[in-house]
Amino acid sequence: MNSTFQFLSFSDPNVLFVVLGTMLLGASAAIVGCFSFLRKRALVGDAIAHSILPGVCLAFMVSGSKNPLYLIIGAFITGWLSLLLIDGITRTTKLKSDTAIGIILSVFFGVGILLLTSIQHSGNASQAGLDKFLFGKAASLTKDDVYVFGTIAAILILVVILFYKEFKLISFNPDYAKVIGLPVRFLEFMLATITVLAVAVGIQAVGVVLMAALLITPASGARFWTDKLGVMILIATFFGAISGFLGSYISYVAPAMPTGPWIVMCLSLLTVGSIWFAPKTGMLARFRVQQDNQRKILIENVLKLFYHLGEKDGGFKKQRSIKVLLATRDLRMKELKRGLLLLKKENWLRKKGDHWVITESGLNEAKRVIKLHRLWEMYLNQRLKLEPDHVHNDAEAIEHIITPELERQLEKELNYPTKDPHQSTIPYVE
Amino acid sequence: MISIETHNLTVSYNRRPVLWNIDFELPTGKIIGIIGPNGSGKTTLLKAIMGLVPTSSGYVKIFNQDLEDVRSRVSYVPQRESVDWDFPASVMDIVLMGRYKKNNLFKRITKADRDIAAEALEKVNMLEFSNRQISQLSGGQQQRVFIARSLAQGADLYIMDEPFVGVDAATEEAILNLLHDMKNQGKTVVVVHHDLQTAKDFFDWIVLLNTRMVAAGPKEEIFNKKLLQEAYGGKLNVLSQVGDLMKEKAFNVREK
Repeated sequence: MNSTFQFLSFSDPNVLFVVLGTMLLGASAAIVGCFSFLRKRALVGDAIAHSILPGVCLAFMVSGSKNPLYLIIGAFITGWLSLLLIDGITRTTKLKSDTAIGIILSVFFGVGILLLTSIQHSGNASQAGLDKFLFGKAASLTKDDVYVFGTIAAILILVVILFYKEFKLISFNPDYAKVIGLPVRFLEFMLATITVLAVAVGIQAVGVVLMAALLITPASGARFWTDKLGVMILIATFFGAISGFLGSYISYVAPAMPTGPWIVMCLSLLTVGSIWFAPKTGMLARFRVQQDNQRKILIENVLKLFYHLGEKDGGFKKQRSIKVLLATRDLRMKELKRGLLLLKKENWLRKKGDHWVITESGLNEAKRVIKLHRLWEMYLNQRLKLEPDHVHNDAEAIEHIITPELERQLEKELNYPTKDPHQSTIPYVE
Repeated sequence: MISIETHNLTVSYNRRPVLWNIDFELPTGKIIGIIGPNGSGKTTLLKAIMGLVPTSSGYVKIFNQDLEDVRSRVSYVPQRESVDWDFPASVMDIVLMGRYKKNNLFKRITKADRDIAAEALEKVNMLEFSNRQISQLSGGQQQRVFIARSLAQGADLYIMDEPFVGVDAATEEAILNLLHDMKNQGKTVVVVHHDLQTAKDFFDWIVLLNTRMVAAGPKEEIFNKKLLQEAYGGKLNVLSQVGDLMKEKAFNVREK
């Protein structure tokens, strides 16, 4: 608890720099990542990240210093070069973009490792720490770093705000943008530039290998929560920033824990959480829909049992024992009992001793389902020209989903039939 | 008045020409169909007219000018399948894209733009859907949104790529009515269409295409057995062999 307080009070200025730095990095990467994600270029970010390593090494070799500004310029140059090459390869050869990305990523990274190794063996004392670019050095961000990152984040946000509607259009329909005369090449150049910038600063926190996660996971998680681009970018930015914050916090209270990987862990958790818990589109929501369907099918099927038995012996409101009910339809005991209890709750069934009776409203509901079943059989028979012995199974499923509007359409189209294809009566509720 | 003129237009993919020396002049104020079998280069022709694919020879003039000078008077409706409809945007967002202009990059969308977009949506009977997420639309509704976006541009020439593919009867009806309204206002509409059955009812003017231009003219002149057979009777054998050879030898359609 004590360390939590220390962390939150920012009494140690270094903590403040780390927190601010990682939050800025997370947020910037998330903003541009939204556009990479929507333009289906998720892997391009990975290629840029790997291609930045030789740039960083070259910048160090030329300048002899680890000034973040020099390193970012170097990173920027090779990052951009990789983009141009990927584009060039796809345009002029038979190779597709996934292959081009694979080639550029590994070649540039190979050169980067080569340069890094030779720098490390050069005996230059100031090189120590350059290898941090591989896995990031978020925990040791300094005031200078934060200034540089802050400036870059500001530039990036400004560019996105200025060109927001144009970026939206070239992400959705680049051909149309070209046709109405927008400077698509320039806009793509701007988008690529801010992507390279975001990656160039981002790898300082999480390193080359994890950078793609910083770019793409916030966008993919945010997509589950909204259908509005603006809101999606805000949520992704929030995910990026909060993960930067949490990653720094975790590595502060548990000093053995690395910051960069924890940022990525937090991001991944947020995204997995979104995949599961997002309303409507989340797995859980979809699972619940399935459960509701199953429940509806079960209770309607049990109600139908009472109707069928009544139809056979003329006593719709007769008391039925579980044994009789089980013999009428292929249902497991457990299912049947669950269905009976659910129906009792709806007041569609009443229990008398160990027998069950259908209520008036239950009978109407049963009639509705039976009617839908038989109407659908008629429809299949008349419109799809199916033989009467082929229509039952289909109707067993469709009876549960037909809405009142469709019911009216069916009735009208079939001219209010009284018998189904098997000559059973179609019940109408007055 | 001439809406579109192509002069000896050749377009190649990997050096193999997919359109050979297309040469025609289209009138204004008509509904014009570009008709031909699958793979006859209809979409490529539209893309070449709109400057979306590089041409190997020839030129295109629109209203007797270069496309660059008349862009604001031309509107393009791409094929519905050419975009991902799962994009996070509403119907209104998409139609507003028709109001983006090359000269107002930094300009915000105004109330007037919204009114024009709403009006365009009303014309395609989609106004009530303006806040709907585009992934929830049916194929026909998506097509109508694309047409509304194009209407919002307020152009004189409309170029549509297969607007009748995969749409319901109501949408087909709505689009047809719209085309006639546009024609009555003196606009020109050029439509790529693959269904020969309906072409005669839909269009005033026809361009018959099958990697080369078979014929172009008022529909009464074009709809005869001889021309249709020529267009739908397969590719010219020697022509496609020369095309194959050009691809194989990496040979250009012009000496320089």
